[in-house]
Amino acid sequence: MNDIFVYCELDGDKVAEVSLELLSKGRQLADALGVELHAVALGNSLTTVPQQVFPYGADVLHLFDDKRLDNYTTLPYTSVLCKLIEEEKPQIFLLGATVVGRDLAPRISSTLESGLTADCTALELGSYEDKKSGRVIDNLLYSIRPAFGGNIVATIVNPYHRPQMATVREGVMPLVKTRKEDYVGRVIEHCADNYLAESDFVVRIIERHVQPRENNLKGAQVVVAGGYGVGSKENFEKLHTLANLLHGEVGATRAAVDAGFTTHDRQIGQTGLTVRPKVYIACGISGQVQHISGMKDSGIIISINSDPEAPINSIADYVINGSVEEVVPKLINFYQQKS
Amino acid sequence: MKLNIIVLAKQVPDTRNVGEEAMNSDGTVNRAALPAIFNPEDLNALELALQLKENNPGSRITILTMGPHRAADILRQGLYRGADAGVLLTDRAFAGADTLATSYALAAAIRKIGEFDIVLCGRQAIDGDTAQVGPQVARQLGLPQVTYTRKIIELKEGKMLVERSIENGIELVEAPLPLLLTVDATADACRPANAYRLLRFHRAAIPTEQATEGFRYAEQLAADTELQLKEWSLTDVDGDATRCGLSGSPTKVRKVENVVFQAKESKRYSASDEDIKALVSELLANHTIG
Repeated sequence: MNDIFVYCELDGDKVAEVSLELLSKGRQLADALGVELHAVALGNSLTTVPQQVFPYGADVLHLFDDKRLDNYTTLPYTSVLCKLIEEEKPQIFLLGATVVGRDLAPRISSTLESGLTADCTALELGSYEDKKSGRVIDNLLYSIRPAFGGNIVATIVNPYHRPQMATVREGVMPLVKTRKEDYVGRVIEHCADNYLAESDFVVRIIERHVQPRENNLKGAQVVVAGGYGVGSKENFEKLHTLANLLHGEVGATRAAVDAGFTTHDRQIGQTGLTVRPKVYIACGISGQVQHISGMKDSGIIISINSDPEAPINSIADYVINGSVEEVVPKLINFYQQKS
Repeated sequence: MKLNIIVLAKQVPDTRNVGEEAMNSDGTVNRAALPAIFNPEDLNALELALQLKENNPGSRITILTMGPHRAADILRQGLYRGADAGVLLTDRAFAGADTLATSYALAAAIRKIGEFDIVLCGRQAIDGDTAQVGPQVARQLGLPQVTYTRKIIELKEGKMLVERSIENGIELVEAPLPLLLTVDATADACRPANAYRLLRFHRAAIPTEQATEGFRYAEQLAADTELQLKEWSLTDVDGDATRCGLSGSPTKVRKVENVVFQAKESKRYSASDEDIKALVSELLANHTIG
């Protein structure tokens, strides 16, 4: 009762990184509230899940190991999780804001009639005063998220409904190992049969094509990112040259992706990845809030922009006033000479 | 097979390009200064509905929106593109609704529309980006859902084959009707307004518009019932007020802040060889790079 639950999404037999990030955050919240942290995983042959989740702070792991749960489909996963929540009555339930999480979480919240906040960028605890009744409720989850195209940030609370549900995008919460690698908590193996109905299987997966992510943008120490100001796909190639030289990765804004300069898996910002590299080189990026929110915690920010008033310059440590086409080849050239 | 198709659409402020003219002097966004548009992914949903109608002659598309009276404009835009009927769900009781209360109201309106085979809507709206309303409506109607739809491959014997986006990939799923699909921007773009339909349906109006002074098309509406858009209140859809609007919303907004990023003191360089050389030397010296 009253514990914190984290849904652990599986990518093959690997627990998704966003789920481990949520366990890291969940550990913090559980400690502050003095409750337990539970991880929940559904799938087929989950033997390696315990060793993956316990280092990140879970006290309890619920497993639903069943052939029929091999790949995610909405209805069976909803049935299992709703029934588990009704039995366990957690106060907080967190999911990754992935395609799966964004399909599953609203379905669950609608079934349980509880409140859900999507794509949170921060989770905190605090009190809320109900203006109508004058009642103050302590230790509520503050689900903090951008809204209105990223131009405002709203703090959302669920005063009266449980669980308080939130989804969080990958990369937003830092990964924190709080336990030794070999720590083993309590594992509860549930019988999925008791949670499923035949009618849950009306939607069938016919085919699935998954391409593993080709870049290591999230873990890169140096990110060379391009915006619409890069101008062309050819110019974008130069960013790759610079990134390779600095042992980094290439990122992009939504505008650059929409313009076809590069692929969606490189998009940084609210609707893409959140990154925190040591060095972020922003090339031809004006700095819309949607993009900045995905990179503002970078160590050193270098902005290359022909517009001296570009908003991104105000958060940059170094600003080079010039076009990407002119500056990037020079950077490559002088770096090769000096290093 | 004749299909009854319902498309959910939302009128949203165009948050994609918030220009200076839409900013207040205190840095807040002036919503009223932003153009109100047809939510982009709802247009993709409408296009898939129109394709279904083409492939299944005799099908009927009803477009449903919830909002203030001016949202009737979305219904007209749907009619210009090929929808057959429009319903505006409007009531003060719906104000301040979160996604759950919104989906409750929409589900009630869909039940009132009556028979349907397919409900289509955009994956998410650009003013909230939550992607919650579609699945929540599906659940309230007890329908299976397919989210992130890219394409409808075929419809055969009451089952639909749908291609959808998944994390780093694509999935092909088969689902029985009735069904709710949420459609993302990878689906076909919506066809433009048809000139003939525009001429005819720009006169379409909800009762509130018909009752305003100076409404010029009363005669046409009397002669052409398809111009009569529906306007439903909470009572019309037999809704429970405690499940609507602010009171029916489990989530409450505690605080709203503008996004302000901490400005830094930045070092400025020109694009000259000397400047770039000096910068590279400094970055190497302080171990930023290298």
